[in-house]
Amino acid sequence: MLNTLLVPVLVIGLAGFLCGLLLAIAARFLHVFEDPRIEKVTSLLPGANCGGCGYAGCADYARAIVEKGAPPNLCRPCSAAGARDIAALLGVEAKAAEKMVALVLCNGGDVRSRRSFLYNGLAECVSADMLSGGGKTCRYGCLGYGNCARVCPVGAIQTGAHNLAVVDPGRCISCGLCVKACPRNLIRLVPASHSVHILCRNRDRGVMTRKACDVGCIACQKCVKAATGQGLHMEGNLAVVDYTLPLSPELVGVCPQKTIHQRPAGPLP
Amino acid sequence: MADPTAPLWMLSSSPHAHEGSSVRRIMIDVLIALLPAFAVAVAVFGLDAIRLVTVCVASCLLAEFGARKLMGRNAGIDDFSAAVTGVLLAFNLPPALPTWMAVLGSVFAIVVVKQLFGGIGYNIFNPALCARVFLLISFPVAMTTWAPWDAVTTATPLGAWKTAWAAGAAPAHFAATYPLGSLFLGNQLGSLGEVSELALLLGGLYLLARRVIYWEIPVFYLATVAGFAAILYAIDPVTNLSPLYHLATGGLFLGAFFMATDMVTSPVTRVGQMVYGVGLGLLTLVIRRWGGYPEGVSFAILILNAFSPLIDKFIQPRTFGHAKKKPA
Amino acid sequence: MKTIKAPFKLPNTLHLHYHKEATAALALEVMPAPAVVQIPMSQHLGAPSRPIVARGDSVGLGQPIAEPVGAVSAWAHASVSGVVKSIGEGLSTSGRPTTFIELENDGLDRPGSTLQPRPDWASADGKSLIPLIAAAGIVGMGGAGFPTHIKISPPAGRIIDTLIVNGAECEPFLTADQRLMMEKADLIWNGIQILRHILGGPRIRVAIEDDKPEAIRAMEKAMARADGDVEIVSLPAAYPMGAEKQLILSVLGREIPSGGLPADVGALVENVATCAAVYEAIVLGQPVTQRVVTVTGPLIRRPANILARIGTTLADLIAFCGGLTGQSGKLICGGPMMGVAQIGADVPMGKTTSGLLALPRESVRLFDSMPCISCNRCVRACPMSLLPCTITSAVEADQLETVEALHTLDCIECGCCSYVCPSRRPMVQLMRQGKARVQLARRQKQEQEKAKGKQG
Ligand code: SF4
Ligand code: SF4
Repeated sequence: MLNTLLVPVLVIGLAGFLCGLLLAIAARFLHVFEDPRIEKVTSLLPGANCGGCGYAGCADYARAIVEKGAPPNLCRPCSAAGARDIAALLGVEAKAAEKMVALVLCNGGDVRSRRSFLYNGLAECVSADMLSGGGKTCRYGCLGYGNCARVCPVGAIQTGAHNLAVVDPGRCISCGLCVKACPRNLIRLVPASHSVHILCRNRDRGVMTRKACDVGCIACQKCVKAATGQGLHMEGNLAVVDYTLPLSPELVGVCPQKTIHQRPAGPLP
Repeated sequence: MADPTAPLWMLSSSPHAHEGSSVRRIMIDVLIALLPAFAVAVAVFGLDAIRLVTVCVASCLLAEFGARKLMGRNAGIDDFSAAVTGVLLAFNLPPALPTWMAVLGSVFAIVVVKQLFGGIGYNIFNPALCARVFLLISFPVAMTTWAPWDAVTTATPLGAWKTAWAAGAAPAHFAATYPLGSLFLGNQLGSLGEVSELALLLGGLYLLARRVIYWEIPVFYLATVAGFAAILYAIDPVTNLSPLYHLATGGLFLGAFFMATDMVTSPVTRVGQMVYGVGLGLLTLVIRRWGGYPEGVSFAILILNAFSPLIDKFIQPRTFGHAKKKPA
Repeated sequence: MKTIKAPFKLPNTLHLHYHKEATAALALEVMPAPAVVQIPMSQHLGAPSRPIVARGDSVGLGQPIAEPVGAVSAWAHASVSGVVKSIGEGLSTSGRPTTFIELENDGLDRPGSTLQPRPDWASADGKSLIPLIAAAGIVGMGGAGFPTHIKISPPAGRIIDTLIVNGAECEPFLTADQRLMMEKADLIWNGIQILRHILGGPRIRVAIEDDKPEAIRAMEKAMARADGDVEIVSLPAAYPMGAEKQLILSVLGREIPSGGLPADVGALVENVATCAAVYEAIVLGQPVTQRVVTVTGPLIRRPANILARIGTTLADLIAFCGGLTGQSGKLICGGPMMGVAQIGADVPMGKTTSGLLALPRESVRLFDSMPCISCNRCVRACPMSLLPCTITSAVEADQLETVEALHTLDCIECGCCSYVCPSRRPMVQLMRQGKARVQLARRQKQEQEKAKGKQG
């Protein structure tokens, strides 16, 4: 009896062992020599493999830095200190960049922004967008199918119950992958220090916007008038923040549509 | 959502029509096609047949439900694919197999071979066959004990031939012990589902008519076995079985119509399926003739399963408007 | 003139449920022009037209109101007489945002066409007629909407030896072309003769599926005394027989190379409705202001083939057909295989709208996200001999190189794969997504190379 139980366990165990052995052998024989500095630089990189630097992953970028002399400050997730360390290791000079975080410029989840038809198809933003806007009345707003969330290497984006993508600035490593993933160009990398945002990209006239969404910019221009001299201007029917200039949090109360938002500055603790 | 009572039009990509088929319907068709063979099994093996099929189907369905739940997949089992696996596994077991071994095999088929690889559509190997081979390796005695239904024959026809051949005795009396016609109708020892070629053929024809399977795999498989066996027989009719015996014995029909045609694990192109059928035929006969086991169908199919992605990679149809040779 | 069977067989086709009974026997009805029409600026392939009228302008029936922009574009004309009420934005029947010119109908049908009728076309130089066809705003009325004047001016070095007239109408439910052939065969034949004259006398093949014997008979009658190399080809009824590539293959046995045009194999395909429009433009001096639409589907109270003004909203079409019989399900412009689901009934029809299909909710086909079970039905169904299952799985797994290597860009989006898929996967949507990604990747690569070239 013991035998009859033992044998199947052994069979599975043996199969697993053989596979492992094969992998080990393969790793040994397929190993190639590398500049040891590549490994050191790789260890200084965050290891998120986000690709935001334009290379296939952290190891690839490290190889490019060491072998092809790529600049060491392309890694957004790295702190300024990280870039300095790499530069020091290789004896080159490094410039630090300001910490940026991704921001979804839409606040119209299903509660506030209407869907005018039932969409049945791929739960994927590009396809939905190609199909008459995927059920969303607003032609500019977040579709909520989460293409950005799927590419985010650190899981900083959540689409939540109302089908609206929201970035957690504390987790965001500013790799910029989500920016490229969004078919509606809704995501921007903005300075983490900037706390006042206009969360809308709808360029239609006010009447149209109002039909589609409760929190869309209707181009009433109240904010622009209230914020003369600050980083805010109209682009057609849409108020747009200029992130190189500061903006007063008082504007949040000025907007009749509640399109202007303040959110905590900088990375969350 | 906006006002849920508002009449919303539905939006989806073209095409807006469908022929009405479904995975579930396909699985139900397979179950229907297995009915004649089941009837024969009950007639020949009695309660054992009912016991094994019930046990395998029930434990496959339970295992599928549990595994999907645990892995956070949609826990639906209403596509009946697990039920098909259960019946096929039962059909590949000797009638006297203890119940607990059947349960173990079912759980292995569903959990290890199917769900661990990603569930329906993702498994590389046919779950029922894998489970059979797993049981065969683990419990070689139980898996090859064929309860005699008369006092004379205690081995399967292929087994008897193999023993005789190994012993160097010319199996000349073979034809006398096993008349061809009765083999075809179901008068032989073997696993539950493989006794009657006629019943399996009926089921296979039903599947062909319903377009659940296509003719390429079974026809090329059977033709290759027949052709190859004919060549061997022509070379040496003393030590080799005649092609008709090869066709009429063992699990060949079960394999050709129900296991080799398993959609997930076979190639997707027509030509690929032909190649697959030929490969199966050659391998089956090589194992039957020279291998350690009397029957080679299961092993042949499992081995070819592993090759089917490769076949798909290299044998592709010529796309409309492209030159003959395709860059791989 | 004789009628022959299609000489060449297609590799893969499907036999669909045709559902044409509801409207096949119904004669064309003329729908009175609605009080308001909205003329879309994109009803053709290529750049949208640019409005040349302003709010408040008074326009006559057939007056040009929008001009072509760029090389591939078309004129648009007022389909009623009246006043320009507004110029606004919205989604066209293809689901893409476009500009609309809204016209308020004064009910007078005051003529405003600027086209010179040329009943003497036979004695005119063929090439001189092409600008007239452009000015009449004629586009491929079978569905694609490629501007006809460009199609009939083949690129230098290409000789068109055969004009295939497409009367296949292989989409289920639609009977617009069939009725047109049955009732206006003479019109079509005259249009064909004009096109033949323009093209310098190629062979003529009028291709009609054999499930429309009345249409074949009507065309035979109209063409009885035709001179030259003219034949009616009776095609086996199968889908997608009417697709350009498949049609040329089954009539001529020639295969358009990947990425090529019909002109590359010496052929030109024009839809029967387009031929009729050519006749109306050249002989009668009428631009495209109306077309035949089949309004059908289980949800329509009184299905019909109607002659409607361009810019009539779908709601007006439905109202003319007695309204809907039940809860809204799906509204489709075109047929069920390649048509586009509409976001609502206030979208106006365009020159390519050959049908309006309303399905009740319970008979709407639902897509599922079940994995592929490799049943290979799609492989056996794909008329382009692609591997739809492998491609779509690669799209899902984001394996762009595989997607490209498997010739995804050759997909004609006919929907055969999706029609047969037992897993009910949204195959065409996946194919489109794959195409979009491959094209994006190619563009990005080109840009990168350009940028590199500048640096170096
Ligand atoms: S939609 Fe594309 S892949 Fe599918 S059958 Fe048609 S051509 Fe083939
Ligand atoms: S028809 Fe559907 S399930 Fe079958 S092979 Fe194609 S994609 Fe897969």
